Order: sequence, then structure tokens, then C-alpha cells
Amino acid sequence: MHALHQVLHAFFNLHSFTLAMPDVWAGFRVNLRMMVIAEVLVLVFALSVAVVRGLPGRGAKPLRALAILYTDFFRGTPIIIVAFFVGFGLPGLQLGYISRLSATTYGIITLTLVYTAYVTEVYRAGIESVHASQRAAGRSLGLSYGQTMWHVIIPQAVRRVIPPLLNDFVGLQKDTAIVYVIGVTEAASQAQQFSTQNGDFPSYLVAAVFFILITIPLARFTDHLVAQRERREQAQAF
Amino acid sequence: MRINGNANASFVQVKGVSKWFGSLQVLNQVSLDVPEHNVVCLIGASGSGKSTLLRCLNKLERVEEGEIVVDGVRITQDKLDVNALRKKIGIVFQAYNLFPHMTVLQNVMLAPRKARSVPRGEAEWAARTLLSRIGLEEKADEYPDRLSGGQQQRVAIVRALAMEPKLMLLDEITSALDPQLVSDVLSLVRELADSGMTMIIATHEMGFAREVADKVCFLDNGVILEEGTPEQIFRNPREPRTREFLARVLEAEKMA
Repeated sequence: MHALHQVLHAFFNLHSFTLAMPDVWAGFRVNLRMMVIAEVLVLVFALSVAVVRGLPGRGAKPLRALAILYTDFFRGTPIIIVAFFVGFGLPGLQLGYISRLSATTYGIITLTLVYTAYVTEVYRAGIESVHASQRAAGRSLGLSYGQTMWHVIIPQAVRRVIPPLLNDFVGLQKDTAIVYVIGVTEAASQAQQFSTQNGDFPSYLVAAVFFILITIPLARFTDHLVAQRERREQAQAF
Repeated sequence: MRINGNANASFVQVKGVSKWFGSLQVLNQVSLDVPEHNVVCLIGASGSGKSTLLRCLNKLERVEEGEIVVDGVRITQDKLDVNALRKKIGIVFQAYNLFPHMTVLQNVMLAPRKARSVPRGEAEWAARTLLSRIGLEEKADEYPDRLSGGQQQRVAIVRALAMEPKLMLLDEITSALDPQLVSDVLSLVRELADSGMTMIIATHEMGFAREVADKVCFLDNGVILEEGTPEQIFRNPREPRTREFLARVLEAEKMA
């Protein structure tokens, strides 16, 4: 009984929980900033890489190869290793401006590099799912390859991949905690500091609650989009 | 780029064209002349090569052998500006292929705006005018999935016409339609023919072909087996295969 009480006290002490909140929240705001910036960058870069991967013709072969190399490398490498490369490697290179960025910026670069690789694959699947007859229709009207891509294929592809894309963003949001290993002061590191000072763990619970609170709406929104599309497709079948 | 300015020259000249999909030969030494303002109908069973021939004319498919000249330009050359070629050739597909994420109006305006750089206001006015001609102006702001198949197909025709093409290719445009929706589409095509549009039409509608065509070609296994006026082909076909095909089609129409 005593042991159980100790555990409860160490993890679920309401007083300690309340005390930890301001510090962890201050850290979590850094997570929020990294998430939003990385997500916007990922949306843009991943689309570019996906389009490059699909470029036709022999002339584009080196570009395609480069895009494949990129996705293979960053999907295959654990994010913590990428974080070390970026957060410790870039400053060590003495590359002037690039070596003097803040830890948070290195965190954003890490997240963007890794998740661009994932989201590229999502976009690519979407682009390939648009029926070839749509491309034929666009090109037949005299639109160039690029115009057909931009006005006809990509809008349809993006609509289809929003659910899996949001799923990857849930992963990105949680992984903002990993970059604390390169010295970013964020929710997880603040929680750890508080825990060390107080000798208990509710601060971790505070951090967990913050992450869960922003993940749940995104997950429900994804569910909603999936359900909406299923309804629409069923309606079309009749 | 023009290699002849001869007024008598055909608008489309196909000379000895052959094409393979892998080891399967789909076109075999096809030759065809289409004078300006003429309507040519391609008939024949599914898989006889009608669609492939049409798709070769706007370079959706590559030709392996032979030569095609459209509007005085040899389109079978390597260094061809395909976008310029396609701007003057409209094609309409069996499955309409409207852009589902755009309204009817946007579907019609897209190519003039982007491929021809027509200003928005002008393109919209032209698109609305075309839509009102086919009685669909009140559908301008609907998405294609709210329209019937016949309406979608007429929008697809208008979308091609918005580029002011000199040649229209119609690829079995009524084959996916319910029978009661076919006539609206055909009467639009009839109007086009009356206005002097040069057209090549792959079709299973024999009555329509007979009425609208200047020339009918019967394709069989990638070969133009027989060609002539509608009278000749439908009244008095020379080839046994043509007779057989027409008899089968008439039988099917009776059953329907």
C-alpha cells in the first residue's frame, strides 16, 4: 500500500503538477513554434521533391536520382542522428551564418529534413493516384507538362492525401521533443529540469498532456476528413 | 513550318502509319486524307485501332512508322512543339475527362487562360457564351459530378471548342452515355459539322455516321479495310468483313 502511494505521489501529485505548468508551458511554446514552421516548410519542400521525382524524360534522370537519394537517406536515418548531424555538425563546420544559428533553428531544420522525406512519399502516392486520363485531358488542351501538373494533377492529388499527410504531422509534432538532445529548451527539457529539481515526475505528465491536447484535435480532424470522403464516394456510387 | 500552302491539300494527311503496343500491332499501314471542313467517321469493332489513330493525331501516342501532316505541319518529326499542335486540335474522350476539382466554368476557361494567355474577363465571357449555346449556362458554377453524363460530355466538347481548334477529334463520345442522353450530344456535334468544323469521329452510332459523315472508314485489326461515302459503306459494302460488322451492329441495335 505504501509503495502504491509513493508511486502515485511521485507521478500524479497535483500540487507538483500545477507548479510545473508554467515552466513546461514556456518550453512547449518553443515546440509549437517549431511545429508550425517545420510543417509549412515540409508542405512546400515535399511537394517540390515529389514533383522532381516524377519528372519525365532522360534529361531529368540525375534530378530524379537525387530526389530518391534524399528520401532514402532521410527516411532511413533515425531522427536523433539527423539532429546530431545538424545541431552539432553544422556549428562545428564554421560555415559562417549557417554555423551560428540558434538551437531551435537547427531543430526546425532537422524536423524539416526528415519529414520532407516522409511527406514526399505521401504526395507521390497522391500524384500517381490521379488517373492518366486527367493528364491526357490537360495536355490535349495544349497545357504544358508543368501547367497540367500545377492546375490539374496536384490539386486532385493534394486533396486525396490530406489524411495521411496529417498523420505524418502528428508524428512531426511529437518529434519536436526529440530535438532537446541538441540543446533546444522545449517542453521535454523543461520537464526534465523541473523533475530533477523537485525529485518527482508530474512535470513529465504536464508535458505529455500538452502534446496530447494538440494531437487529439488533429487526429479527430483527420478522421472527419476520411469519413467525409467515404460518404462522398458512396454517394457517387449510386 | 508550313510545307505547302496548297488550298486543295488535305487538312490531315496520314501516310502509311503503323504502331505497335509491345509486340501487338495496333495500326498497320494506315493512310487517310481529311480535307478541311470535312467530317470523317471511323467505324469498326472495339480494339480495331480507331482510338489509337485519333490519339496519334494529337501526339498522345507516338507513331513508329509513317508520316502525319496536320495543317501543313509534319507532326511526326522529332522537334515538334506539341503544345502548339494541341492548341489547334480539340479532342473529346469517351469518359469526358472533365477536371473534377473545378467548376464547369473553370474547366472551360483553364486552357484559354493558361495556354493562350487570354485575360480572365475575356475568357470568362467566351466560356459563358459557349455554355449558353449548349443551354448549360446555369450550370457554370456547378462541379462536374452534379451534371448528367450527357451534360458532362457537352461541357467537354465546349471545353475543347474554347481553344478555337481547327480540327476536332471525337473518341466514341457517346459510348459511356445512357441512350436517352445520346441525342443531345449528337445534335451538338451535328451543329459543329454544319458550321464547317473539320472532324474525325470514332463512333459506334451508325445512323449518326451515315447522316453526318462525308467519308466513312471501316477499321479492322489496325487496317483501314474499306473507305467511301456513307452511301457506299452502308448500302453497298465491298468487303465481307465490313458487311459482317454492319450486320452485327444492326442486330445489336434491334435487340436494344
